[in-house]
Parts: sequence; structure tokens; C-alpha cells
Amino acid sequence: MKVQKGLQYTNDHEWVKVEGDVAVIGVADYAQHHLGDIVYVELPEIDDEIEREEAFSAVESVKAAADIYMPVSGKVVAINEELIDDPALLNSDPYENWMIKVEMTNKAELDELMTSEDYEKFLAEEE
Amino acid sequence: MEARKTPLYDEHVKLGGKVVDYAGWYLPVQYEGLVPEHEAVRNAVGLFDVSHMGEITIKGKDALAFVDYLMTNDISKVVDNQIVYTFMCAPDGGVVDDLLVYRLAHDDFYLVVNASNADKDYKWITEQKGDFDVEITNISDTVGEVAIQGPLAQKVLQKLTNTDLNTITFFTLNRKVDVNGVECMLSRTGYTGEDGFEVYTTNEGVVKVWQDLLEAGKEEGIKPCGLGCRDTLRFEASLPLYGHEMSDVISPLEGGFKYFVKLDKASDFIGKEALNKQWTEGLKRKLAGFEMIGRGIPREGYEIQKDGKVIGHVTTGYMSPTLKKNIGNALIATEYTELGTEVDIMIRNKPVKAKIISKKFLTK
Repeated sequence: MKVQKGLQYTNDHEWVKVEGDVAVIGVADYAQHHLGDIVYVELPEIDDEIEREEAFSAVESVKAAADIYMPVSGKVVAINEELIDDPALLNSDPYENWMIKVEMTNKAELDELMTSEDYEKFLAEEE
Repeated sequence: MEARKTPLYDEHVKLGGKVVDYAGWYLPVQYEGLVPEHEAVRNAVGLFDVSHMGEITIKGKDALAFVDYLMTNDISKVVDNQIVYTFMCAPDGGVVDDLLVYRLAHDDFYLVVNASNADKDYKWITEQKGDFDVEITNISDTVGEVAIQGPLAQKVLQKLTNTDLNTITFFTLNRKVDVNGVECMLSRTGYTGEDGFEVYTTNEGVVKVWQDLLEAGKEEGIKPCGLGCRDTLRFEASLPLYGHEMSDVISPLEGGFKYFVKLDKASDFIGKEALNKQWTEGLKRKLAGFEMIGRGIPREGYEIQKDGKVIGHVTTGYMSPTLKKNIGNALIATEYTELGTEVDIMIRNKPVKAKIISKKFLTK
């Protein structure tokens, strides 16, 4: 399983990249691998305000559906439209193909997230 | 209850199968991926471990009469070495199981039943025995089984046997076929909508058969296939799955399988009265196919509404790997089953438009 350095992670296998007040959010390699061939991605609307740990997206493979949760609270400022037309991008490169960007409402929540090193340890226990 | 291992468990692990507990058995959902495995079966050849299936034999003087009494289909019309698909119903018309009946001889029948129902079926059949002179045996644990499926299945299997496979026509069997040194029963059956064979042998023999078939099919691009594509393939081919398209509370008539329920057959059968009544009074709900108009994938259990009123639920739903469309089967109130009717599928509490289409997804 690939873990990208410089990102922060949740134990639901979402990743966050911080760019000032904006958090770029996506799913980790582990999540796409376990879902299998992704055939559908549902994304929120711009300006949606979503709390931490609430579902912001549903991702479906042929076999199963999974909710993707907010690592931090915030207002959606961008969605990756490419994923709607080509959901398989999440399989091919889950770190390159972000899902949404949010304006964080509580940056202190970032302290709750795992570093890439912590996340690697966490994965080792999951497997 | 710890899940059980089929004789091919080690092979699945060796091949990188994603093994899960299914109906009390450890089986692979997929190896390389559901979609490539699905496509292998549609376009070339795939190999499934189906050792989890249940097998029950009914032998003796009254075997024919007894099996005919248990089943909705007309077993009296079946000849030696022929197979029929049928339902076994309860007196209320609910389905105990859907199964294949193999007639080996007039006094020797071989039933292939769903893994999850095998113990229940055996108990049910035993309870119905009454004065019939039959011997009922659950041989599930002694049988190893693989299914080789796809347009190139015959070509691959033929490499391993001197028996001319053209002699085994659709829904017939050959009890004794030598498959590269292993004695097997072959039937031209499957659960994919493609041509193919089911190969029955011992728990020891099945490992060699599995390995030999994967080796023999290299040139044809044979892939080991998991439960994931087994479900998408059967669904596209309009083949029902117990617990979804029919069950103890969904009759075979509601499921749209009247062809396999012979209400006018010569002898009485369990469930006849209830099914007859259901048919003459008119079905209140029916199974229908549908296609999503809006974005989203329908999944089993999702509610279906029309003008805000609940009219039924999704029994199976997928993005069809062959058709690349989001389609499903739904059990809905009969008045909404006209082709072209628009309904709302409730996906994560939001109504998404869909329209009723023919259940024969592949032949449209």
C-alpha cells in the first residue's frame, strides 16, 4: 500500500493536504485497493458546509458502496469534476486525483489527524 | 460457526484471491478484479470454484414420484441424463430453494442446491418423505465442483478429455468422464448466461482438475473467477439469486418464473394450491427490470417510490460491466411494472429517476 509523505490521514483512510486555510481531501491507496474497480463517485456541491466525520461523498465499486468522511470541518470551495466522468482515476492514482477542496472552519482539527508515519503504523496493524 | 474451507482454499490464496466468508464458506470475491474476470467469461473463458454448492441424492423405488411432489417443475417429463431448473416451495408458495434436478435414472436423482440452503433443504426434504420409499442423502461435504464458463469453455475442457463434449448438450449430463485422469460427472450448465460446464468430482480430485484446467486454458486466456463476477454475470443474464429475486417470502410467480412452475402438471406438488390461488387472483407485485435515468447505482434493498409513495424495493442492482449501464431488478406493485414507467429509486435518501425496462438485459 502506498502512503504519500507530507499528507495527513484519518483512520477511515482519507488524506488531507493543507494549503493555507484550504484542505485538499482525497482517499488513500488502501481505500481504493479495498473497494476494487471504482465505477461511481458522488461529490458534494460547492458552498456545502460539512462537519468533520460527516460523509461528503459516496464512492462505489461494482460490488460495494462506501461513504467518504470529512477529515476536517469546512465549506466546499472546489470539487474534482474529472472524477464524475472517470471514477477509475481514484484507482489509478488516489493521491494525484483529489476529491474536494474545503475552506477549513476549525484548523485545530488537523491536530487530530495522523502523520504519514503514524498512518503507516496504523496500516500495519490493519493488515 | 467458523467458515469452512473448500478443497480449493489453498489454490485461491496462492492465486491472490480476496477470500471472504460467503454462506459459511471461505471463497474468493475476486482475484485480479471483478471486471476483467467478468469480461473473461463473456468473451473467452473463466473458472469458478463452486465446491460450496450443496448436493443431495434421492434414490429408491419412489424417487421420481417423490421429487415430482417436491418440485414446481414437471419432473415426470425429464429423461435419463437430463437436468431441469426448478423451485422447491413450501405450502404457502414461498420458495424453500431454487435448484437443479439431475435425473441419473428413474430411481436415482441428484439435486444441486444453494450452499446457504443445503442443510435447510436436506431437513425439509427429509420432513416431506412420508410414505415414499426413498433414501435421502446429503453428500455436499464429499463433492468438489468447478464451473468452466465462457465461449471457449468447451475448447479448453476438450483438451483434457477423450469424451466428445458435443455429445453433452445444454442441460444434459455425462456421469463418467475422464478429465486428465480424474473421474468426473460433467453437465452443460452454469450460472453466467454463457456456454460452459459444471464439473463434479471428489474433494481430492477437484484440486487436480482446477490446476489442469487453468494450465490447459492458458492460450485461451482463462482466468480464475470470484464470487463478484459470478453475481454480475448471473444478474445480466436474468438468472435469479435465492433471497433476492425469490425467497421464502417472494414466490416464483412474483419473481416472473412461471415457466418453471407447472400448475397443470399431472401430479400434486407442495405449494400448488397457494401458487394456483395467487395466479388466478392476479399478482399484487412483480419483478421488473429497470435502468437508471439519473446518476447513481441502484443497490439491493433500496426503496422504490412513485409520486412519494413506496411501491417496492431493489432486489439486485449494479453498474453492468457488459452494458456499462446502471441497471437493476425490482420487486414492485404490479401496476407500475409496465415497460417505460418512470419510478424513483431512493439512493441515500434522494429520489433518482429510473425507468422500467425488460429484465432480459443482455438480449435487448
